Order: sequence, then C-alpha cells, then structure tokens
Amino acid sequence: MSDALVEISGLKTWFPMGGRWLGTRSWVRAVDDVDLHVGRGEVLGVVGESGSGKTTLGRSVLRLVEPTGGSVRFAGKEVLALGRRDLRALRRRMQIVFQDPYSSLSPRMQIRQILSEPLRLHGMVDTRGTEVKVAALLEMVGLEPYFMRRYPHEMSGGQRQRIAIARAFALEPEFIVCDEPVSALDVSVQAQVLNLLQSLQRERRVSLLFISHDLAVVERVADRIAVMHRGKIVEEGDAARVIAAPKHPYTKTLLAAVPTLP
Amino acid sequence: MLLHVEDLATHFFLDEGVLRAVDGVSFDIREAETVALVGESGCGKTIVALSILKLVQWPGRIVRGRILLDGEDLIAVSTERLRQARGGEVGLIFQEPGASLNPVFTIGAQLVEVLRLHRGLTRGEARREAVRLLDDVGIPDANKRFNSYPFELSGGMRQRVAIALAVSGRPKLLIADEPTTALDVTVQAEILKLLRHIQSEYGMAILIISHDIGVVASIAERVLVMYTGRIVEEAPARTLFRAPVHPYTRGLLAATPRLGTGRGTPLAGIPGTVPDLLALPEGCTFHPRCPIGDHGCITDVPVLIELAPNHRCACYKAVPVTADVEREP
Repeated sequence: MSDALVEISGLKTWFPMGGRWLGTRSWVRAVDDVDLHVGRGEVLGVVGESGSGKTTLGRSVLRLVEPTGGSVRFAGKEVLALGRRDLRALRRRMQIVFQDPYSSLSPRMQIRQILSEPLRLHGMVDTRGTEVKVAALLEMVGLEPYFMRRYPHEMSGGQRQRIAIARAFALEPEFIVCDEPVSALDVSVQAQVLNLLQSLQRERRVSLLFISHDLAVVERVADRIAVMHRGKIVEEGDAARVIAAPKHPYTKTLLAAVPTLP
Repeated sequence: MLLHVEDLATHFFLDEGVLRAVDGVSFDIREAETVALVGESGCGKTIVALSILKLVQWPGRIVRGRILLDGEDLIAVSTERLRQARGGEVGLIFQEPGASLNPVFTIGAQLVEVLRLHRGLTRGEARREAVRLLDDVGIPDANKRFNSYPFELSGGMRQRVAIALAVSGRPKLLIADEPTTALDVTVQAEILKLLRHIQSEYGMAILIISHDIGVVASIAERVLVMYTGRIVEEAPARTLFRAPVHPYTRGLLAATPRLGTGRGTPLAGIPGTVPDLLALPEGCTFHPRCPIGDHGCITDVPVLIELAPNHRCACYKAVPVTADVEREP
C-alpha cells in the first residue's frame, strides 16, 4: 500500500526455548510471518488472547524487542536496518502506551520531570519553556496544572494513564503503539481514557496500533481489525465487517465468547 | 432463606484511620439462586465474600452485623464450626485459578483430602468420587489427570479443578470471587457455562462477585450493585439491565462498551474516580460524580428504598417525588 505509514512484512520474532539439545534448538514463534500495514491517521486494532503474540508484535515494530526477521518500514525507511543513532531519532516519531501505568512511569520522578524528559532529550524545549509545555500537555489530557508536582503513586490509575498518554503525544509522534491501554482500568474510567485517546488521535491524525484482548474496546476505536492467534494474523479487515461477518473460525469463536448485555 | 446478611460492616483499622470497606450491607440469597455482587475495584465486594466466612484478617474486623446461614449466625459460631462450614456448606473459588490449590500436592490428593474430611468417605470411595468430579467439571481424561500437579494444568483447567474442589463438600452456597477475571475470553465462556451446569446439577446457590457487567449478565438472576462499601441498587438481572435506576448503575452500563455497536456515540464514562475510602465525601458518596445530584445529596446519606418488589435503590433523586418532599426540612 502506497499511503501506508507503517508497513510490516514477513515479520518474525522468535524466542529460544530452553537450552540446546544435541545441537538443535526449539523456538517460541511469538510473531510468525506477520504482514500488516497502518495508514496515516488510521487506527489498526490487533485482537488476540494471552500468548497470541500481540504484545511482542507491538514491541517488535518499535524494536523494543529485536525481531528475528522480516521487515518493518516506517515512512518508507527500513526500521530493522537502522543503527542506534538513527533509531533514537526515529523514536521521536513512534511512541508507546503500556497497559500498566504504574510500572511504565518512574516512581521517583514528579510528573513535571516525566513529561519534560522526552522533550529535553529530543531538544524540543529549553528550560524556560518546559513548565508551559508541561502545563499544556496536562491540559490536553484533562488534568489540572498542579499535577506537575505529583508523583505517580499519588494519582489514580486513570490519571496515571492520562500521564502516559500525555507523554506519548508530547513529541508529536506520527505513530503510537497502544498495548492494552485501558485494560487495567475500572470500566467508568476506561470509558474516559478511551474517549480521550480517540479524540487526540482524530485531532492530531496520529496512526495507532491498538492492541487489546477486548473486542468491544477495539471495535470502538479501530478502522481495521487484525485477529492474532498463535503468532499469526488469522483474519484482517474493515472493523465493522470483522465484527459483523467474521470469516475465520477463530474469530467466530472469539466473538461468540464475548458476553452480551441485554 | 439460605443466607441472610444483615447490616454487615467490616472495617480496617489502619494507621491513617478507619477504612470502612463494608459499611452496612444487607442482602438475602435463596436456595439454588444465582446472585451477583458487582462493582468497581475498591467497592468492598471481595470483603463481603471474605466476611461471610470470617476470612477477613487483621487490621480488618467485622464490627457489626449478622450472617445467617440456614439460620445459624456464622459470626457467633466456634472456630471449629466455621472450619466445617468452609468447604462444607460454603464453597469458595478465587480469581487466581491456583489460589485454592496447593502446588506440592497432586490435584487428586487434594480432592481426596476434602472428600474424606467433609464427606467422611473412605480412601477408595474418595478416589472414585474425585475422578467423577474431575470428569464432571470437564477435565479430559480425569483418571490420568488425577495424578497431575496444578502447575501441569492451564489456567482454565486449574479453575475447573478449583471448582471441583469447591463443590466436593456438596456446598449449599458457592462463593465465586471474580472466577473468570484472570482468564481469556474463550476460557471465560467455558467456565461460566460450567458454573451454570454445576449450579443446575447440584442445585446450590451461587454468589458471584465481578467487576464485569457482561459476566454478571450472562449468569445472574439477581444483581447487587456496590459502591464505596454499600449496596446502592438491588434488582432482578432483567430489571437491572433494562431499567436501572441508580445513577451509578446507569453510569456503569453506559460506560461498558458493547460489541456490535461500532464506533457509535462516544462512551459515557462516569466523571472522576471512585473516592478514597479513607476520605469519603459527605452525604451520598456518589454525589461528586453524579449527573443528577443536588445540594441535598451533599448532606443526606441515602438508604435503600424499595421501588418495586425485589427492586431496591439508595438514591433520593431516583425515588418518586413524595420521598423527595419528605426529605425537605
């Protein structure tokens, strides 16, 4: 696809399992020959159960884990071929939001530091501009400026996830991997965070790889849905079509298992 | 009435103050009935379950209330009698499928132990019954699996074994605390199906505790909604899902994404977060997040009022006008 921002082809991430036994080695094929693309401003939902490889997929695309083979092209550039310096430069344009905001934010930093650090590392603000920029980021995610002086443990799960979102959007990236961004949250808070993520995505036309085990959540945000099972994409298509008329038996099983509300 | 809980209060005495985890909860469970206790994290639902079997540990303590199981007050009985009731008349399963299993014994040995203790079976009888139970909860090749250790089983299989263990004492009440939360959605569907099967076969009552309204909808006949240590609404499942009254219940339902609705309109989240139990708001604890509250809600603590048979709600704004007028000084 020509207008794709992220093109993943033949991507493999295998992990060695156990030691060598008589010279042969067995592998866990966490991501096994995956082809996907994410267009500019598009949200691609990746759905799968635990162990399907969806988290490894997200991390492989950003090279937070090193893929075994295949190709990931970002804006036409081969990510897997980049050296350390080029990769760091590219990281400004590709961000990630993790499931557990508690472990993804440093407990010893105030929110002010957490949000300003990426800006400083990438030389996007001077010391004087920091406070203003951080306040703007907090406002963007619906938090009052006084949160600047707070530590992550002084905040609720929903507030922490807002900070994680603010940090991901701080560098004005073009692409964000969201790995189960609302799964750890209570349902009433989950809706707020989901709405926030969605409105920011639309406003800034950011592309998302939205990973979740929850089909109903993915359906709310995704343009297209890819269903992952045992390291492979078993079905991919327009979100409404995948939900309404699944083709692969595994997708059907998954859909049938979701409890319905009267 | 199988279980009658009356004005139960379980508080935690912390350095920072008294945390009222459960504060005046009353409900009944009839024989063979499936009741769900639903609410978000920190609402006290797990503490209700633990309180029923007096499993709350210091600094937590039951400070008030009665828990009548078949008319017998479990708060007042001896430790010996309590031990008999746990795993006997009342079975318990937890969120973590391994939580009720001992990792160093085979699943068969653990079942046999319970069967001998609670049902007084001989070793041979207990073994046969254990295999039958494993088979009944859907463990394939039960005779062989009898000798498996918990770590050799998947999470779903472990939860099946935990269910077998919980029902082995032929309980009248099974308390299931978030029994499917740690499981994948396909496995969750199987476990819920199993619970329904077990329920109809053994005719026991189930108290299922969950944060997931979808899970509750697929199994419960009656639903209790908890918020900050109190029940705010109680209704038959049908009524609760079709015509919820309490603004918190309505908020929870509106915030839950439903499959097949596409992008639709944005989900209506409940503003704010569940308050800190050590610093609860005055009056109705939901008022800071409530879309329909007024100044009266800041001062008056709402009590559960019967709106219709079997339908109770603790909200002054949700009851007929007459009650609203009575409240004015």
